Formats: sequence, C-alpha cells, structure tokens
Amino acid sequence: MADTIALFGVYRRLVGARIRSQLQYRLSFALNTLGTTLISFVDFAAILVIFGRIDALGDWSVGEVAFLYAISSVTFGLADLVIGHLDLLPRMIRQGELDVLLARPLGSLFQVVSSDFALRRLGKVFQGLAVLGYALVTVEIDWTAGRAGMLALMLVTGVVIFCGIWVAFASVAFWVVDSTELANAFTYGGNYMAQYPVNIFGAWLRRFVIFIVPLAFVGYFPALFVLGKEDELGLPEAFQFASPLAAAASVAGGWALWRAAVRRYRSTGT
Amino acid sequence: MRLYWEIARRGYRRFAAYPAATVAGIFTNVVFGFLIAYILLAVFAEQGQIGSYDASDAVTYTWLAQGLLMTVYIWGWYEVALRVQSGDVATDLQRPLDFQLYWLAQDLGRAAYHAAFRGIPPFMIGALAFDVRLPGDPLLWLAFPVSVALAVVVSFAFRFLFNLGAFWLLDYRGVAIIAMVISTFFSGQLIPIALFPDWLMHLAWALPFASMVQAPIEVFLGHARGVELAALLALQAFWGAVLLLAGRAVFSAGTRKLVVQGG
Amino acid sequence: MAGGRAPLPEHGYLTIAIELADVEKTFVVWRKRGRVRREREVVRAVDGVSFSIERGAMVGYVGPNGAGKSTTVKMLTGILVPSGGRVRVAGVEPARQRIDLARRIGVVFGQRVQLWWDLPLQDSFELLRHVYRVPADRHRRNLDAFVERLEMAPFLATPVRQLSLGQRMRGELTAAMLHDPEILFLDEPTIGLDVVAKARVRDFLAEMNRERGVTVLLTTHDLADIERLCERMLIIDHGRVIYDGGIEELVALHGAERTLVVDLAEPAPPLELDGARAERVDGPRQWLRFRREELSAAELIAAVAERAAIVDLAIEEPDIEDVVARIYRGDAAVTQLGSDPGPAH
Repeated sequence: MADTIALFGVYRRLVGARIRSQLQYRLSFALNTLGTTLISFVDFAAILVIFGRIDALGDWSVGEVAFLYAISSVTFGLADLVIGHLDLLPRMIRQGELDVLLARPLGSLFQVVSSDFALRRLGKVFQGLAVLGYALVTVEIDWTAGRAGMLALMLVTGVVIFCGIWVAFASVAFWVVDSTELANAFTYGGNYMAQYPVNIFGAWLRRFVIFIVPLAFVGYFPALFVLGKEDELGLPEAFQFASPLAAAASVAGGWALWRAAVRRYRSTGT
Repeated sequence: MRLYWEIARRGYRRFAAYPAATVAGIFTNVVFGFLIAYILLAVFAEQGQIGSYDASDAVTYTWLAQGLLMTVYIWGWYEVALRVQSGDVATDLQRPLDFQLYWLAQDLGRAAYHAAFRGIPPFMIGALAFDVRLPGDPLLWLAFPVSVALAVVVSFAFRFLFNLGAFWLLDYRGVAIIAMVISTFFSGQLIPIALFPDWLMHLAWALPFASMVQAPIEVFLGHARGVELAALLALQAFWGAVLLLAGRAVFSAGTRKLVVQGG
Repeated sequence: MAGGRAPLPEHGYLTIAIELADVEKTFVVWRKRGRVRREREVVRAVDGVSFSIERGAMVGYVGPNGAGKSTTVKMLTGILVPSGGRVRVAGVEPARQRIDLARRIGVVFGQRVQLWWDLPLQDSFELLRHVYRVPADRHRRNLDAFVERLEMAPFLATPVRQLSLGQRMRGELTAAMLHDPEILFLDEPTIGLDVVAKARVRDFLAEMNRERGVTVLLTTHDLADIERLCERMLIIDHGRVIYDGGIEELVALHGAERTLVVDLAEPAPPLELDGARAERVDGPRQWLRFRREELSAAELIAAVAERAAIVDLAIEEPDIEDVVARIYRGDAAVTQLGSDPGPAH
C-alpha cells in the first residue's frame, strides 16, 4: 500500500512537471485547446447532417446518438490525455530511450505513461461535455439515482476501457516496426465506432466489440440503462451493468500484452 | 520537361520505400471503410433514397472516399511550410526550377503511388464485402482517372497555398489545421455532400473543396453524364488553375517579404 | 580496495561487485536477401564472457564497435536478459531483479539523455529524488556537494536542452550519483567533450571511486580515460574478452615495437643493423624500429654509434592507442596466460 502511494506521488510530480512546462506558454496552450475543441465539432457536424435527413438511426434518435457520441468523446479525450503519448512508443524504442527507462527503479509502462499529460487534448473533452449537455436536454431521461450513478460510472469505465485498448495496441510497437498507424486504427477507430449504436454494425463486428475489444461497453450497453432503451440485439440485461467488468478485462489484457512485449524486448534487444 | 518527370518519379519512390507503412495504412482505410459503410447503410435503411444517392451509391462512395483519402492527401502536408520556416526556401529559389511546379510534380508522383497502393486495395476489399456499384459506361472509366488527377491538382494547389502562411505567421499550424478541417468537411470526405441540407450543399459546390473528393466520386457513380460530366471536369480544372495561380501570386509576395525564421 | 568511507548499511557485505560467468547473448537477425526473401542469421554478440570486479575497483571496458560492450553493460544493468551463463551484480541477478538493482546502481549513457529535456536542471535532480526515494537530507547533502564540486550553480535553472554537452554531462554524472549507488556504469561519458570538460569528468570519477568507494565500470573509446583512471582494463572483441589486466602489462606483453630516433652528424643511407630496421630517413635523422625482446635500447645505441656519429637521440614508446588499434586490426594476437587467445582474424 505504501508503495502504491509512493508511486502515485512520483506520478504526480512527473506529470506536474510536464503540466507546468506546458502552462509556461499560456497563450499558445489556450489557442491549441480552443483549436482542438473546434476541430472535434466537425465530427459531430457529420451526425447533425445525417439527422437532417432521417429521424432515427437504428432506432436511436438524434439526442440518443448525441449521448453516445458525447460519452465516447469525453472518455476517449480523457484517455488520450492520460495515455495518448503511447503513440510515441515506436520512436522511443528506435532512439533507445526505453533503455534509459529500464535503467531506473520504476516500471516501464508507468514511466511511459507519466512522461506526458498533453493538456490540449482537453479540447476533445470540452467538446464532448458540450454535446453531452445538448443530449441531456434533448432526450427525456427518466432520472433515478441508479441512472445518475450509471452515467457517472460509465464516464469512468469508458476511460479505463480506452486506456486498456491503448496499452494493448501500443504494445504491438515491440513486434512491428512503426506500428503507430496500426494502433490508431483501433484507438481512433474505436472512438469513432463508440459514437454510434452497436446494432447498426455487421454481426461479426458487433461480436468483436462486445467480446474481444469491449468498445460496446464504453457507451452502448450502459447507455441502454440510462436512456431506458430496449436492447435490439436481445442480449441479457446484465450486460448493461457489465462495464466495470469490461474495464477490468481491458486493463488486464493491455497490461499482459505490455509485459509480454517488454519481456521480448529484453530478450531480443529490439 | 524531362526534369519534372524525374521529380515525379522521386516523389513516387519516396513513398514506395515504405511498404510496411502502406500496408498499415490500407488496414486503417479498411477499418474506417467498414465503420462508415455500416453507418451509411443504417441511414439508407431509414430512407431508401436521399438526393441522387441510394444505399449502393452510399457504400460505393464510402470505399471511394477511403481510396481517395491518401491519393488526394488533404490532411497533414507541411513540407513547404517547413522549408519556409527553416529558411531552406532561400536555397530553393536559387535552383533553376519553378518552385511550385517542383512540388506539384513531386505530389503527382506521390499520388500515383497512393492511387495504386492506397486507392485500389481498400476499394477492392470493400467491393468484396459490400454491394458496390461499378460504372457501366466505358466513358466513365476514362473520365474517372482524369477526374482523380484533377482532384489531386486542386488539393495540391490548396495545400501549397495555406502552407505559404508560414511566410507571415510564426505558428502556421493553427491556420493549417483550420484549413484542413474545413477542406476535409466540404470536400465530401466525411459524408457525401448529397446528404448535406440544401443550403449547405449549394455552399459546398461553390467552394473548391468539392472538386477534391466529391467530384471524382460523382463521376464514378455516374451522377454526371454528358454535358454535366464535362462541366464537372471543367469545374475541377477551373479550381485547379485558380488556386495554382493564387499560389504563385502569394509565393511571390512571400519571397519578397522573406522572413527567415528558425535557426 | 577504496577506503575513506564505510559503506552504507544497505550495501551489504559483498567483496565482488560484478561477476560474469560464461555469459552469452545471441540475437536472431533477419538479413535481406534480394527484394523479398529474408535469411535468418544468429549473431553471437557476447560469446562466453567471464570476469569479476571487486568492490571499489575502477575498470575500463574497451573494444571496437560491435564487439559486445554495450550488450554486456545492458546485461549487467538488467536491460537485457542473457541467453546463457550467470550474471551477478551487487549480489543479485540483474535480469530478474531489475528494479531492486536499479536503486543501487547509477548509469550514465554518453549518447542518451537521462535528464528531463524541457525542464530546468534542478528540476531533474528533484524528480530523481522521488524516483529513487532518497531521503531529503541525504539528497540535499549530495546535491550541494556535487553542485559545488562540478561548478554547476550558474546553470542549475537552465533547461537541459539549452545546456552545452559538457554542462549536460556534469548534470548526468550528478544524476547518477545522487542516490549513492554502489556501482556506476558509464558508457562513453567523455565523448564529444573538450579537454577541460574531459578532465573534470575524470577527476570526478576518480574522486567518487576514491572517496565514496563506488565501483566503476567505464566503457569508452578514449583510451586516455582508461590510462588516467583505471588500473585494470578489459578488451572485448567479437563477443569474447581477449585481454584482462593492467595497461602497462598489455603494452609490455605485446612485444610492440619501439622507435629510436637518431640525429646523425651527417646524412647517411639507412642504417642496417641486426634486430632493427630503418623505417624512415629524413636528412640526418633516422627512425629505427626495434623490438623490445630482441634488442635493448642501449645495445641499439651502441650499434649505431659504431657506424656513425650521433648528435642526438630519442626513444619513442608505443602508446596504448597504438597497441589497441593493432589488436583491433588483427595485427597482433593477444596471448595471455589464462585468457582466450581470441579468434584468428
């Protein structure tokens, strides 16, 4: 326990140093964040355009899709903030920076994660929160304590799920040279996919994001509960409460892959 | 002329040297292709016909858009801006080459590679999985590559233009990103312009960006025939010429000002 | 053994700081053959290396590029897992207990930066205090001592990316020593430094070894480093240790040629003498190469004096650079009692 507290202290200091260094250029940072916020809106503009032509997508109304979109944006944005710099891993490996990390008395993943905290990524989070506001106003939700709790919970589990996915696919960098694009297909692709209700996708893809890479638990399943919707896929109601399980599985999977990857690096030197 | 051909070849080879990156890119194209195709199919399940599009059009659009993504290369090109910022452009001016044509030739070479290896493979994969619509008219099979080539020119000319912002702005990236976001949206890369509300659709076709992605797609889908087809290609050529000329004018202004940054 | 300070309680009572026994490291490399096909090749980067270093020693580790130096050091610091053999550093197996070992050793990579690039130097030192969990007062004491010793006060507040190489290296040395490591591994610490900076680094290392009893393994291409600092030197080539001993010993053992430079009263044709050959003639000056074991300097001088009048003379000794260069080139096979003669080149 004392170890974990100490570790958190180290994380706070490492990340704090990065944050301070970014805030030094306050104007540039503010503009960057604003820019990111505006850019993210383009994504949502596409959804608004679609709903200008139709009333419902796979039986989800515009407000309900906006809700999914918002959850995906906020949780992905937060995950990106905490762990997005994992995209730089191939370059770190190439330049031998990983050896510097391995010479220190800290875990390798911990050091890579605590190496940055890019505040400008908050832009996506702000945009997501704005869309969430729109969604909550547009959709008539029958609020209960349970539903409010689930909303809070899914924001947390969503972040954890994306983090697990990020680590898992970043680990590929140890096997494949310059794997960032490959990983992006799953992280950014995952973000894109989680913006829409899972039932519109083909059967094989649905199964993939429910049972293998649990993106369906970022938004879709918990949203069914919050919005009081029927699951068109006919899966058990328990799925709607399974997002913590999915989060745990995602993190466990990612962590296992990372460890295997580092073990390989230490055996083969590449 | 021979010189520019060599430059184009070099542009081609620069990207051909990284086959692994190309494969990874195709994978990304395929992933997003599937996602977008399913989304549009769900849209057209609600309403079978929107404007000139039906479900099959929409799916074909999806895979063409993915194929055109790297071919037309709207997003992520800063080479000219970097040369201006670093001051290397000064040495470029001393070379017996036209600056803009040099980069245009390189870009065309690059586009040839990407059309072949990032354009065709995703489309073929999409065609296997979905019900895409191929042109029946042989004329369209000729017009399509022409339209794609024009699209590349329009895209290049626009990229060249906003890259030149580096002459006046220390942090050109902000302007660049806004330019890329707007051009991506209005090019029809994200969703077909045919789905836009009427007022937005008119705006989109009044802008040059539609000529970068939507135009060749409309050619392929057979939505522009006879006179309309000629007019569409002429529109692309028009925007290509206008933007190239604008680029030359701005470049002259920029070199006169030559603020050497960096170092 | 270095004295001057009792080892800290957590160092334990080991006399051998570093120990390798038949250590091997093989890599599988895929070489391109033509456009698509690839061939599997096994590279033996470290091919049966054994040596041990006692606490408080300062040893040089030398070898041509690709000899296996970095690979050995990476195995000693726990970065790489050995393919065979046994490694013990500070009593533990580096690959198995990487984090535990990392607390007790310091590493300086000459060509990679360990400090935080965008932050002021002092921030790096402060962060390291928390990374290594050094008690605040001990950290303060060490930091003050090193800052004064290495004259870093003027640039403590400067971001690391703005430091000169010499300044950065002083920072890196400090960073490596702040947590009182038992063993210090250095990989090319003086590369690219000017004469003054090199001297500073060497003095600092000598002091750490002498005053604090830190065991030092110094990997370098600069043999002057080794001459100044180490009594013992290991040469590795093609993954094997081909020499393990003193520097003077190496030069002596080698039977390398010495040169007698004579200024004669008048220009003369190249002297022909038993056991020596005239390598170069320039007017009255001649350079005569002779082998130590065949002829003594005195004998050669006497022989020359019989044939011509000598005005002045000097003797040029081979230096360590010479010797090592010849070993690398394969011009000299190193034979040493108890050590591998090394593969024939």
